[in-house]
Amino acid sequence: MTLLKINDLTHYFGGLCAVSRFNLTVEANELIGLIGPNGAGKSTIFNLITGIYKVEKGEINFAGQDLLSKRTNQISKLGIARTFQNIRLFNELTVLDNVRISHYASLKYGPLSALLHLDGYRSEEMRSIAEAKQLLSYFKMEGLAYETAKNLAYGQQRRLEIIRALAAKPQLLLLDEPAAGMNPNEIDQLMEFVSQIRKQFNLTIILIEHQMRMVMNICERLKVMDFGVTIAEGKPTDIQNDPKVREAYLGDKFGAA
Amino acid sequence: MINPYIELILMYIGINIILALSLNLVNGYMGEFSVGHAGFMAIGAYVASVMTVLIFPAWPVLLTFPLAIVAGGLAAALLGLIVAIPSFKTRGDYLAIVTLAFMMMVKSGLENIDAIGGARGFLGMDRLTNLPWVIFWVVITIWVIRNFIYSNYGRGVLAIREDETVGELMGVNTRQVKVLAFVISAFFAGVAGGLFAHLLQYINPTMFDILKSTDILVMVYLGGVGSLGGSIIGAALFTILLEVFRPLQVWRMVLIPLLLVLLMIFRSRGIMGFTEFRWLIPKREKNDTPKNK
Repeated sequence: MTLLKINDLTHYFGGLCAVSRFNLTVEANELIGLIGPNGAGKSTIFNLITGIYKVEKGEINFAGQDLLSKRTNQISKLGIARTFQNIRLFNELTVLDNVRISHYASLKYGPLSALLHLDGYRSEEMRSIAEAKQLLSYFKMEGLAYETAKNLAYGQQRRLEIIRALAAKPQLLLLDEPAAGMNPNEIDQLMEFVSQIRKQFNLTIILIEHQMRMVMNICERLKVMDFGVTIAEGKPTDIQNDPKVREAYLGDKFGAA
Repeated sequence: MINPYIELILMYIGINIILALSLNLVNGYMGEFSVGHAGFMAIGAYVASVMTVLIFPAWPVLLTFPLAIVAGGLAAALLGLIVAIPSFKTRGDYLAIVTLAFMMMVKSGLENIDAIGGARGFLGMDRLTNLPWVIFWVVITIWVIRNFIYSNYGRGVLAIREDETVGELMGVNTRQVKVLAFVISAFFAGVAGGLFAHLLQYINPTMFDILKSTDILVMVYLGGVGSLGGSIIGAALFTILLEVFRPLQVWRMVLIPLLLVLLMIFRSRGIMGFTEFRWLIPKREKNDTPKNK
């Protein structure tokens, strides 16, 4: 089943073409890697999918729904969640509240119930707290539930960002450089973690990453971009030997060799 | 009986608590910067006064007074709804300017309506505000704003302050949250205005200018942003300080800002910024894990 279909997506920043005629079809439960040098337009694609940038040209279709007319929070509600290249947690809030904010769209009580703390409010809040704690304990972070997010260690912050995204119960998870700033040992753990959540939560994942070891190991299919243009796609082993990819990463001289 | 002077101060403290809590919702919890709160207060004051003086002068006071206060609050809430709309696209300094412009519009609007006295002001209200009523409204305000903060929408408010884009990405309907926050905040500012008008028994448009907004801002930042307890302490302390330093006459306008400058240097979060009295936190939100250290 096709989960995400991007057609002919083009985006300009002023005169600069950040993404040019980008196409991508993602099947359910796939893990796709999006790689390319800095400034290739990878994060721009995430921002276009999630509605942060307005799509001017092209089509994005998710689970049979056209995303172009939707606002970011509606797109999130359809089942797309993401993490960020530079960690963006709700720093002053507790770990628990960071997770619970992702329940916004799924809690069923209205403003009046919230203001007067009626019964509907109580039961839904209890459910939200229980669910958030369960999720945290699954990742062995329940002991940090009442810690302020900014006080967590770097690795824990990265992990919390993914947990927060999972709390929104997505079908499609967009990971933007989750391995940034990690040492080889931590990257091994992260790979393990990504495979684990993928199975456990039945996820489809698009991964942006510079860590070739990680990308080559866990992705089923890769798409390589440079200056907004797709230069190659295929299985990791094919990509490794593609002359165009070598040129983009290593420069002309090496690519020709 | 309480000394009438003390009673008067207590009533001012109560009204200021309502104002500070109302502003803290937008400025402290949501992290926007509204300087237009005097405008909401003015609307509440005028609508409530018109209700008791012109519309229901002959009705029993016990019925008309709460009705008038609520009407004032609702009128202010309606304007809150209008101010919320520019906040969808604008934030920070720019939204502050929008709220400032809104306040000026309210003030010059009131100055030009002759039926309610124009710039001369409006009078004829009985002194209907008394200590029990003020306490009643303070309790309602604390309860409702606390309930709002500790709800799904309240977490949406906090998400807007921390990182609005990420909030949206996690599913928070920020437009809905902003509308609710502005409407609730404006409602209580309007309530405070109604109580204020029926305490002073005279109102004019210049009472609700930038200086009034500044007073509320000072109370909020003195007590601490993002804290209900902070707003209660800030409002009480500010009101009491103004009275204590009254013998200093003009010098108190030097001393109080000086205290504020010192506070900002040595404790920039205010007296209890981002912390809360435990009795104000709902039970289920409290940390229930036993301390193991």
